[in-house]
Amino acid sequence: MAYLNEQLSEEKVFKDPVHRYVHVRDQVIWDLIGTPEFQRLRRIKQLGTTYLTFHGAEHSRFNHSLGVYEIVRRIIDNFSEIPEWNQEDRMLTLCAALLHDLGHGPFSHSFEKVFDLDHEDFTREIILGETEVNKVLLKVDAQFPQKVADVIHKTSENKLVVSLISSQIDADRMDYLLRDAYYTGVSYGHFDMERILRVMRPMEDQAVIKYSGMHAVEDYIMSRYQMYWQVYFHPVTRSAEVILTKIFERAKDLYENNYEFKLPPIHFISFFEKNVSLNDYLKLDENIAFYYFQIWQDENDTILKDLCRRFVNRDLFKYVEFNPGAQYRELIELKESFINAGIDARYYLEVDSSSDLPYDFYRQGEDEERLPILLQMPDGELKELSRESDIVEAISGKKRTDHKLYFAEDLIEQLPDDSEHKKRILEILKG
Amino acid sequence: MLEDHAKLIAFFKQANEIVGRKKLQKMIYILKKSGYHFSERYSFHMYGPYSEELSTRVEELCNLGFLNENREKEKGYVQYRYTLTDSGESFLKETDIHTQDMTHVIFKMNEKSSRFLELVSTMLYFNNLPKDEVEAKVKTVKSKQNYTDDEMKEAWEFIEKINVH
Repeated sequence: MAYLNEQLSEEKVFKDPVHRYVHVRDQVIWDLIGTPEFQRLRRIKQLGTTYLTFHGAEHSRFNHSLGVYEIVRRIIDNFSEIPEWNQEDRMLTLCAALLHDLGHGPFSHSFEKVFDLDHEDFTREIILGETEVNKVLLKVDAQFPQKVADVIHKTSENKLVVSLISSQIDADRMDYLLRDAYYTGVSYGHFDMERILRVMRPMEDQAVIKYSGMHAVEDYIMSRYQMYWQVYFHPVTRSAEVILTKIFERAKDLYENNYEFKLPPIHFISFFEKNVSLNDYLKLDENIAFYYFQIWQDENDTILKDLCRRFVNRDLFKYVEFNPGAQYRELIELKESFINAGIDARYYLEVDSSSDLPYDFYRQGEDEERLPILLQMPDGELKELSRESDIVEAISGKKRTDHKLYFAEDLIEQLPDDSEHKKRILEILKG
Repeated sequence: MLEDHAKLIAFFKQANEIVGRKKLQKMIYILKKSGYHFSERYSFHMYGPYSEELSTRVEELCNLGFLNENREKEKGYVQYRYTLTDSGESFLKETDIHTQDMTHVIFKMNEKSSRFLELVSTMLYFNNLPKDEVEAKVKTVKSKQNYTDDEMKEAWEFIEKINVH
């Protein structure tokens, strides 16, 4: 039997708190899960620093990737008798679902920002480069790795398969909303996924939702909306992200200025020097990053050691609401006061904006770039969701921006009480 | 702080005005590919490279009063016109950000249609591939746009002219 269709002698199941079980019958999928590159995802947290706000959020990209695979597997099972679905796309879709997050690095968001990297590039490199994942995919056929990479990067001609992995109602989002809600312990974020899967229908270019399932989709959109504000945009999580970003920036800055680290940061050097190989990238997971955060607390550089201590011990920056449109002159003054008071504003003062966060809201497709969610009406006509749903209409297209000013309050408090700079800083920050 | 916002404001100042969200998306992508420093990350979407970060940041600039967004109805479709406000101008003046001169590239792009810039940015997205493969890829992922060989040729000349790295 061709490797593509090879089945395991008995079905394997992973116990999963969100989907109950993740079922694997295909040898290809089983082999991919066993590769070192896929196992590495166990050492990358799905929600980065969110565990410092919601202590349950320790789940990894490994859990999530299996979850996305399982959702897609169920969708395909439902599609199998529908003529618009081509069963030959089954393995391509399952592999793309399983591997879609393969290139994520440690604390992806902050890390990519400081070192100017993109996890999507590394996903492609892992799939197409000299890796165990590539070897497994090549066994299917010589073109298969490229086909999988094209689906993940949305450059495949097969738009329907792309839409199952990446659209406004895709397996990726459905899994992370349910999973993140479960692990953070919040009560919002839940929706009836089984119902959505039952009313999903394949069309030429994307999957659409039967009109009768509109309320289940409304629930999903509401969950997405609430999770963004309550979990993903949580100001305490953002404070931890700010500190993490500052740690990477400080370490990079020290390296560029020939600072002698007590322990040479060998795992970071190629990142500092902007010549990261795939091998370097794969070696640096969150366990390694944490090792350095521990070690750097004993460095001579006071800023690096202080930032690492804050991150490890969760001694985070405080924040106030900030409107750069009305207050940017105050920000300039604040920055100067920090410098005059001897506090390095580059590391202890930061504005964090909603655009700095890697999450988005449902958009109706008004900028024509993102496929809207389409409802299939009883007469077969397709209509964009918010045109039929008052609830979705009410929450899409609303103001969705936010800015906060983060600062090291303890350093300000430590300034002498008669310091003019301290007075002015507190006046600006606290009114 | 707010450097990424300031860089976009500098872009809008040099561009004078931008008409169309799609055009804006493609212009920033082409500038990035030409070596100008914008931090917005792009991935491939329906109309080529698209940045969610850019969309949100532009929305922020509008909400902060730094940028005007006018919604205009044109023959059956809606388009958006962006211009810098006085407040945006004074923010830029007071920010000590180093702004690069992008006017010559912006001018060349502003003369072109969003359809053409969509083609150019899509070609640049695949610029790790040999030229013939780029064209084949464009024809695959953009089959509905039916780009002609002349348009492809013009796009290559344009890429050459703006000196994409």
